[in-house]
Amino acid sequence: MSTTENQAPETGTARVKRGMAEQLKGGVIMDVVTPEQAKIAEDAGAVAVMALERVPADIRKDGGVARMSDPDMIEGIIDAVSIPVMAKSRIGHFVEAQVLQSLGVDYIDESEVLTPADEVNHSDKWSFTTPFVCGATNLGEALRRIAEGAAMIRSKGEAGTGNVVEAVRHLRQIKGDIARLRGLDNHELYAAAKELRAPYELVKEVAELGKLPVVLFSAGGVATPADAALMRQLGAEGVFVGSGIFKSGDPAKRAAAIVKATTFYDDPKIIADASRNLGEAMVGINCDTLPDTERYANRGW
Amino acid sequence: MNTPVIGVLALQGDVREHLIALAAADAVARPVRRPEELAEVDGLVLPGGESTTISKLAVLFGVMEPLRARVRAGMPVYGTCAGLILLADKILDPRSGQETIGGIDMIVRRNAFGRQNESFEASVDVKGITGDPVEGVFIRAPWVESVGAGAEVLAEHDGHIVAVRQGNALATSFHPELTGDHRVHALFVDMVRGDRAAESL
Repeated sequence: MSTTENQAPETGTARVKRGMAEQLKGGVIMDVVTPEQAKIAEDAGAVAVMALERVPADIRKDGGVARMSDPDMIEGIIDAVSIPVMAKSRIGHFVEAQVLQSLGVDYIDESEVLTPADEVNHSDKWSFTTPFVCGATNLGEALRRIAEGAAMIRSKGEAGTGNVVEAVRHLRQIKGDIARLRGLDNHELYAAAKELRAPYELVKEVAELGKLPVVLFSAGGVATPADAALMRQLGAEGVFVGSGIFKSGDPAKRAAAIVKATTFYDDPKIIADASRNLGEAMVGINCDTLPDTERYANRGW
Repeated sequence: MNTPVIGVLALQGDVREHLIALAAADAVARPVRRPEELAEVDGLVLPGGESTTISKLAVLFGVMEPLRARVRAGMPVYGTCAGLILLADKILDPRSGQETIGGIDMIVRRNAFGRQNESFEASVDVKGITGDPVEGVFIRAPWVESVGAGAEVLAEHDGHIVAVRQGNALATSFHPELTGDHRVHALFVDMVRGDRAAESL
């Protein structure tokens, strides 16, 4: 046994960024707005919390420009729990991302739930030590984010609606796009890359792996244990739950129930037990009545 | 001799990567979530993940006690990162109500190397692994503060203990399952083989 110091330890590598997301698999990441909520989430078995000022349902209700949260509030949550803490920056607002990195958050969500700061460019995520998760509605979008340095991908869904329909659409789209790539030969992958508007090397990698090169979670509209299990059965490796928990009647109980259903996503008996007596679910919004301007999934490209 | 069957505790964490590494090291690998599944394996990997989440789910779904019983009875077990924490007899800074399986006489400090921004890669010499050093991937990694007389230190990084073995229990702060280098898993598969050979005598 000896201490190896022939080489300086290296931080911020793709392997530690993507590897961090691998550790979250099979878990639930919960939106929280206070240290108290963060503790409830941790006690319920969340693998991480997303610290934000308002949950998406309130962002929808309040309107106006939604921005990065107050650093005091993020630090309060970091101090309150031992599980990883994520926080959101606006799309393309790399200074908000720099601030979040300086606060020591464990993951940055460059999120369409906040008002985009740049209508052309997302942030260059390779230039950060802190890893990024980004939303996607299809494979091309996912690969563009990975090309920019995202170390984890989530479906966008339609956050703050309590309606899982868009998350299902996005996850099916991503999985379907991957399945189609698997059927192509080497010649066809170049044209596929062009169609997907994604780098050829990533397209080829996905065709070979049969999956994204990073972890894929589901987000946007998950409100019940069965919703979470549905997303896992559709191929999500874990779930984000936003407004669904703390906008419900009994957050602690619902949070624990969603954790159980996410782990035993293929066991209907356990999902049934987890679904009993949870109190009121959040009031949902039907996505087909949402005007295009209020659809978060249309933000980012 | 028959191929050993090794489970990976699949309540949460990087289960898939361990299943792949074990298969590459010539074991039959399968996920374990229930007591009856645990009863069917010759050895078990406790993956990386969130130790608080894994321990809560293990208690909730009734696998914590069967796990303790099998580890006490000498089932070979290998824990990475969160799995190392679960194998510690004592956590220095546990969350309230956080339980461990135990099995290695050691005290661990969670997230000792820091938060994600401090996560790092470094090469590590591991006793019992020949050839090049192991590529150590440390993610919000714990370290071992101290070990008891029965536990053997297999590796250190920067003066901190990062790999330990006590009898049939093996633990590393880092994640060999993320590297494609399966030598540590091969070492564990050998431990399982040795255990089966000893039992059939």
